[in-house]
Amino acid sequence: MSSGLAGIPLALEPLNRKEFVSDQEVRWCPGCGDYAVLAAFQGLMPELGIKRENTVIISGIGCSSRFPYYVDTYGMHSIHGRAPSIATGVAIARPDLAVWVMTGDGDALSIGGNHLIHALRRNVNITIMLFNNRIYGLTKGQFSPTSEAGKVTKSSPAGSVDHPFNPVTLALGAEASFVARTIDSDRKHLTSVLRAAIEHRGASLVEIYQNCPIFNDDAFAGLKEVDSPAVIPLVHGEPITFAGGQLGVVRGADGRLAVKPVSDVAASDLIVHDAQAKDATLAFELSQLTDTQDLSASPIGVFRDVARPVFDDEARNQVSMPADREAALQRLIAGPDTWTIV
Amino acid sequence: MTDVQTLDRVVIRFAGDSGDGMQLTGDRFTSDSATLGNDFATLPNFPAEIRAPQGTIAGVSSFQLHFANADIKTPGDKPDVLVAMNPAALKANLADLKRGGLIIADSNEFTKRNLAKVGYATNPLEDGSLVDYQLHAIDLTALTVTSVEQFKLGRKEASRAKNMFSLGLLTWLYTRPAENTLEFLDKKFGRDASIRDSNKAAFLAGHAYGETTETFAVRYEVVAAPVPPGTYRQITGNKALALGLMAGAAKANLPLFLGAYPITPASDVLHELSRAKDHGVTTFQAEDEIAAAGAALGASYAGHLGVTTTSGPGMALKSETISLAVMLEQPLVVCDIQRAGPSTGMPTKTEQADLLQSLYGRHGEAPLPVLAAQSPADCFATAVEGVRIALRYRTPVIVLSDGYLANGAEPWLIPDLASMDAIDPAFATEPNGPDGTFLPYLRDDRLARPLAIPGTPGLEHRVGGIEKADGTGNISYAPDNHERMIALRQAKVDGIVADIPDLVVDDPSGEASVLVLGWGSTWGPISAAAKRVRDAGRNVAVTHIRHLNPLPANTGDVLRAYDRVVVPEMNLGQLAMILRAKYLVDVQSYSRVRGLPISPAELAPHLVDVIDGKDAR
Repeated sequence: MSSGLAGIPLALEPLNRKEFVSDQEVRWCPGCGDYAVLAAFQGLMPELGIKRENTVIISGIGCSSRFPYYVDTYGMHSIHGRAPSIATGVAIARPDLAVWVMTGDGDALSIGGNHLIHALRRNVNITIMLFNNRIYGLTKGQFSPTSEAGKVTKSSPAGSVDHPFNPVTLALGAEASFVARTIDSDRKHLTSVLRAAIEHRGASLVEIYQNCPIFNDDAFAGLKEVDSPAVIPLVHGEPITFAGGQLGVVRGADGRLAVKPVSDVAASDLIVHDAQAKDATLAFELSQLTDTQDLSASPIGVFRDVARPVFDDEARNQVSMPADREAALQRLIAGPDTWTIV
Repeated sequence: MTDVQTLDRVVIRFAGDSGDGMQLTGDRFTSDSATLGNDFATLPNFPAEIRAPQGTIAGVSSFQLHFANADIKTPGDKPDVLVAMNPAALKANLADLKRGGLIIADSNEFTKRNLAKVGYATNPLEDGSLVDYQLHAIDLTALTVTSVEQFKLGRKEASRAKNMFSLGLLTWLYTRPAENTLEFLDKKFGRDASIRDSNKAAFLAGHAYGETTETFAVRYEVVAAPVPPGTYRQITGNKALALGLMAGAAKANLPLFLGAYPITPASDVLHELSRAKDHGVTTFQAEDEIAAAGAALGASYAGHLGVTTTSGPGMALKSETISLAVMLEQPLVVCDIQRAGPSTGMPTKTEQADLLQSLYGRHGEAPLPVLAAQSPADCFATAVEGVRIALRYRTPVIVLSDGYLANGAEPWLIPDLASMDAIDPAFATEPNGPDGTFLPYLRDDRLARPLAIPGTPGLEHRVGGIEKADGTGNISYAPDNHERMIALRQAKVDGIVADIPDLVVDDPSGEASVLVLGWGSTWGPISAAAKRVRDAGRNVAVTHIRHLNPLPANTGDVLRAYDRVVVPEMNLGQLAMILRAKYLVDVQSYSRVRGLPISPAELAPHLVDVIDGKDAR
């Protein structure tokens, strides 16, 4: 599998975290989960070994979309929902750039839903970090497309009647070649997932559960305890067990995935996670274990990581520049049928 | 031997069902006119539906060609010749035909059923209602079928070549050699011998029919037009626009990136550029108009020439991205091939009603340069100019064309790329601030900012849609800074006036008191109307605006130099309103919004009335 970083020039000397810190004061609310994501990102970047100037961060609108201002690379804070389309243009134009998209649940899944699914469908070589705090933060607390049904907010005083999206399911439905979920509070997991995402060639979607302490505090509290029975870790090639090894995922008599006490099943009955399966059936089934209402259960990790043709690579392969560009264009301008007046 | 009469100009309209091959027939006759040295202009007119119900008015497709022995500017007002392949084609087009004009109709199609379909109670070919015209009711279908008998095609298949039969007849009628079309058919249908040979046979049969039947008392010829020496080709507006964008990119030595979403009548630009991938052109067919503009902006940010093409409804969707480009001060070429609106409107019909949207249809104070092409071939030069301004001033530029220019064709003196000025994108490579810092919004003498593309070491910086501090580009909500930045962005666009030519007024007598001022595709009709006015012994001055923002420096002086100013537009007076507001001159709008080009035959008498002081003012 070709790396997502192939073709990007390498830094001549090792870089350090500080070189990825811009001179701008970070302005998220105290306690915002975005700080942890930013720190993990700035910690990861020097480890990738690529030149700093060959990194581009494109964001949409929302709290998380302020991200590019705080990283000392190239970056654009763009339009609500449109970052994937702008990043697509960057990625097609330049194979020598690492292209990141920073987006949130409202930005990516509501106003920008169309661009998200098409970027994933095409498999453009970009890495999308979807900060999911299940709320509109920047506009001060309206329900979002990932908020649980019944959510009481300023725009839904009687409780929202919207059914929430499962971003992982959506991405898999769009035939994404890399789909993962992680959480802001687990820096090690977050970093490892982001590394896998940027190293994947093609479109990578990483859903990051991210706490908004002001408008949706503790939305993910249940997932943060050690050995939480709500967190189902996915590791490629490993049997899927959780809650300190007490629970496991098996295939039930009805053919569907089910959670059973490990003590009740044979070890060979435990589902072994296969993120590289050619079809997305298992990844999709696993995504369905997510309780999008109360988060009483949520698989975390890389759901899918497969190679398939990469849009920008293929698009560039069709394009060539003639040796003598102006002469070739002059011939094209003349066309096949001319007449001369003397 | 039939007499040959020499004519100065002829307007022919081919009309039939949308499956009858009228566009091909018209195109072919146009190419012939070109090779014979006639000047020409064309107006294809086809239904929005791919296949409207057969034999209905809605399904009529037509192609009008004006060819002449002199410089012409429009596809002509009233056809001299109407080729009508069925009753619907006759009904839809008869009102336009000149009194005494020639009608060639396929009598085979004038059946009871087809007549009833379009509301003819009796057969117009037989009931005397066409007595004012030279009617040639010919059974084109039967003659065609007979002429291709040897190829053993089915009747339906055989009758499909009847467009070639009528082309052969007209080729004879206008004393043209048959070789060009025979060669063309060899090339076009070379892969299918039976189609090629049946079309050739039908064409030759049509030619022979004219020669032998003695139905036509007179043949005509239109001699070559005197034009500047050089090598010419036939070109449509959309082709010229695509080539112009490529030429601009080549002169700037940048790869060209087109982001587009299919929309009539702009799709042909996408098609043209998609065929040019071996010229360093990337085309991206996006999921929607917004993504098309977004990807083009992203490619521009990454150092390509970013272009997006669309028509009115697509412009509305792109407006947020265009505003971002204004805010970023990022080059972007946006081409709007205008069509009749609002909403879906009439997608295949022309209009100029996106001018105000182009100038002002954004949120906030978002000034940008706007240009408009005046003829099909002029789309080339206008596109190059759009590229030049976008790169020189770091700004989105809107290039306006319209459905009339997009599909219309004219002869084009092929430009020499080598003699065109290079365009320097002047990307930044060195720090420009204190202590080796990079200030992305430091400005040059024309207020343009430096552009550092990703991958440039040491110049890492962030841009965004949030208001920025002058110089550093850092986020700033300071009241005075915002006012300053609004003024700077406006002053930059206003300053382009120093870099564009003054208006040139065509006033041969120097005595005109009335000025006609146009923009965009009205150039042809206005020029043709002015010629009629002058032929009628009046003086009239004419000028045409290519740069709609900023307007040329002498615009106010030109307007004030005349007693009366008339502004013909295919909208409700959008430029007229701007001129009145900007220059406090009482310009008068002449407005037609029928989805068709303004008619010189209608405009000329109006101008005469204005000149004579007889218009209802």
